[in-house]
Amino acid sequence: MSRRVQEAAEVDLFEYQGKQFFAGYGMPVSPGEIAFTVDEAVAAAERLGIPVMVKAQVHAGGRGKAGGVKFAATIDEVRTHASAILGLDIKGHVVGRVWIEEASDIAEEYYASFTLDRSAKKHLGMLSVEGGVEIETVAEENPDAIAKVWIDPVDGLAEPECRDWVAAAGLPDAAVDGTVNILLKLYTAYVEGDADMVEINPLILTPEGQVHVLDAKVTLDGNSVFRHEDYAAFDETQSRDERETAAHRIGLQYVGLDGSVGVIANGAGLAMSTVDVISQVGGAAANFLDIGGGADVDTMAGALEVINNDPAVRSIFINIFGGITRGEVVANGIVEALERVVINSPIVIRLDGTNAGDGRLILEPHFSDSLQMASTMLEAAERAVELAATGGTGV
Amino acid sequence: MQWSWLLPGGQGFEMSIFVDETTRVVYQGLTGSQGRYYGLLNRDYGTQVVAGTNPRKAGEDVDGIPIFASVTEAVAETGATASCIFIPAPGVHDAVIEAAEGGVQFIVSVTEGVPAHDEARFYNRLRRDFPDVQLLGPNCPGIISPGKCNIGITAGHIALPGGPVGIVSRSGTLTYQALYELKQKGIGCTTCVGIGGDPVPGTSFIDCLTAFEEDPETRAVMMIGEIGGSAEEEAAAFIRDNMTKPVASYVAGVTAPPGKKMGHAGAIVSGGKGTAAAKMDALRSAGVQVGLNPTEAGELMAGIVAGL
Repeated sequence: MSRRVQEAAEVDLFEYQGKQFFAGYGMPVSPGEIAFTVDEAVAAAERLGIPVMVKAQVHAGGRGKAGGVKFAATIDEVRTHASAILGLDIKGHVVGRVWIEEASDIAEEYYASFTLDRSAKKHLGMLSVEGGVEIETVAEENPDAIAKVWIDPVDGLAEPECRDWVAAAGLPDAAVDGTVNILLKLYTAYVEGDADMVEINPLILTPEGQVHVLDAKVTLDGNSVFRHEDYAAFDETQSRDERETAAHRIGLQYVGLDGSVGVIANGAGLAMSTVDVISQVGGAAANFLDIGGGADVDTMAGALEVINNDPAVRSIFINIFGGITRGEVVANGIVEALERVVINSPIVIRLDGTNAGDGRLILEPHFSDSLQMASTMLEAAERAVELAATGGTGV
Repeated sequence: MQWSWLLPGGQGFEMSIFVDETTRVVYQGLTGSQGRYYGLLNRDYGTQVVAGTNPRKAGEDVDGIPIFASVTEAVAETGATASCIFIPAPGVHDAVIEAAEGGVQFIVSVTEGVPAHDEARFYNRLRRDFPDVQLLGPNCPGIISPGKCNIGITAGHIALPGGPVGIVSRSGTLTYQALYELKQKGIGCTTCVGIGGDPVPGTSFIDCLTAFEEDPETRAVMMIGEIGGSAEEEAAAFIRDNMTKPVASYVAGVTAPPGKKMGHAGAIVSGGKGTAAAKMDALRSAGVQVGLNPTEAGELMAGIVAGL
């Protein structure tokens, strides 16, 4: 039952990875090359032939506005733009690679996407003649410009249905066949590729009448890696801070926050709630960390080490309510972690649920100023916040 | 007979919701380590654990519980009415369909990490081909009707039998927390349903609220939500329009930063949508008493129960 927790995260693809993913399903994308340095960018442009686009590869929207997408008519311009874009900060993401792509002539720009509609419990396709801008903006300012189709996952998307949808979106005749062709392939990529979301914005019509994929935004379902071995490669390119990377390496669900109370909890809901309660009693959590269901000794010890390595942490609140996670396993993990590493901050534990009594017995001999037990979640939060303010020995 | 609430105008019986002491459960994956551990724990609690399945171990038994090759055989031989799935994520899709085809009416899927596309597929397949079958989960702790039946991974001792409160929760550990808060106050629970935090839960808040509204033993409902999606807002609209029984609630993730997925596949604040604040507002305007943490929600519920 216990999964490898790192599989649960969603996997965001860079544009070029998304285009390679789409190309694998037969969709028309432009030739291009990835470059990590200015020289590589220039060499790529020389091979492709100018003009090219120089495009920042980051997991953030609004690249164009931030100066991360430039047209280069000459090799000198490729050098200039690549120099400017590599190292650029776009919404907190520093650009480490650029995609050099053959430039396309654009007559019109459209928008197309598939995602899961959680309310309808069906797949939702969205198509609009207003492409090239954020779909949220279109949805607010001109919602009628978005044609929606709900697809039963058992039936899938059939061509006649797809044609009706394209007609409803009001695309010009010249774009209809090409768009239908791409949408059917996009849906196949979405389903067979186990994507949470696939988006093409813009989908373009060229002056020559070709429909073409000009951008790609793809989020894959991390839970599906067991049937997509190649997705492991994408894991390397996820954007995480140092703490998140360390936690991810040992398979923990971790989100870095700004406070000083380190949090370890079992279950996403309880972990969220722990962060909430810390805030309500006047403190701030340093992180969200869910050790998941059925966590073993190594998971617990690893979680403590990750928290311990965060210099902002001044106290640690371990909040466990055992269901599938058993109290004695948690207790053994804590004891072992204390043997393995010197924990810099005092720990407050709250332990209830399955085998909590056994867990408390294991911990009892180790109780001290730096390892305390509280009987309720609220009391533990108060103690941890107080310790963070006064007793913590963080840097 | 516990299905009467599913029928239009169905009359309530003296009952808990979804399961009771007559529920006969087959465990798919009983021969695995987790299946065995929780299957036997559930049996110790008093649940009628009548069978297990494993095509390679048919004819064997797990501590006296017979193993069959399929759910169909288990139902034919033991009269099982419900299934509990303890099978690794890659096999859950087929296990759910097997359970429905086998003829059980209630399916609990505990497993975490089931791909969203699989969930969407079997949810809609059940809707179409097995409309009377109720699926709970995946990625949920299961269901406990204290003193009667416990299917899944909830520690039975934290739940006090007898009512008058029904509990429904998206989060596993917060489900336990809610049971525990009530037990500390001497308040019993009719049924506690953990619907799970995945993108396509088989059973929704509204399914449970509907059942609690019709269950004569349940006189108040505790609802635990979390950030992401719109299930709480939909539940709030349902409560406003359809519920006569009082509801207390807590929504986890008040302090969650936007754009960060908080563990559950569903728990993310994106584009300003799915925030705890919006959900709490929707619930409050539907007349729900909203606590800022599980303890406060428990206290609000104690106040409600005292006034019943």
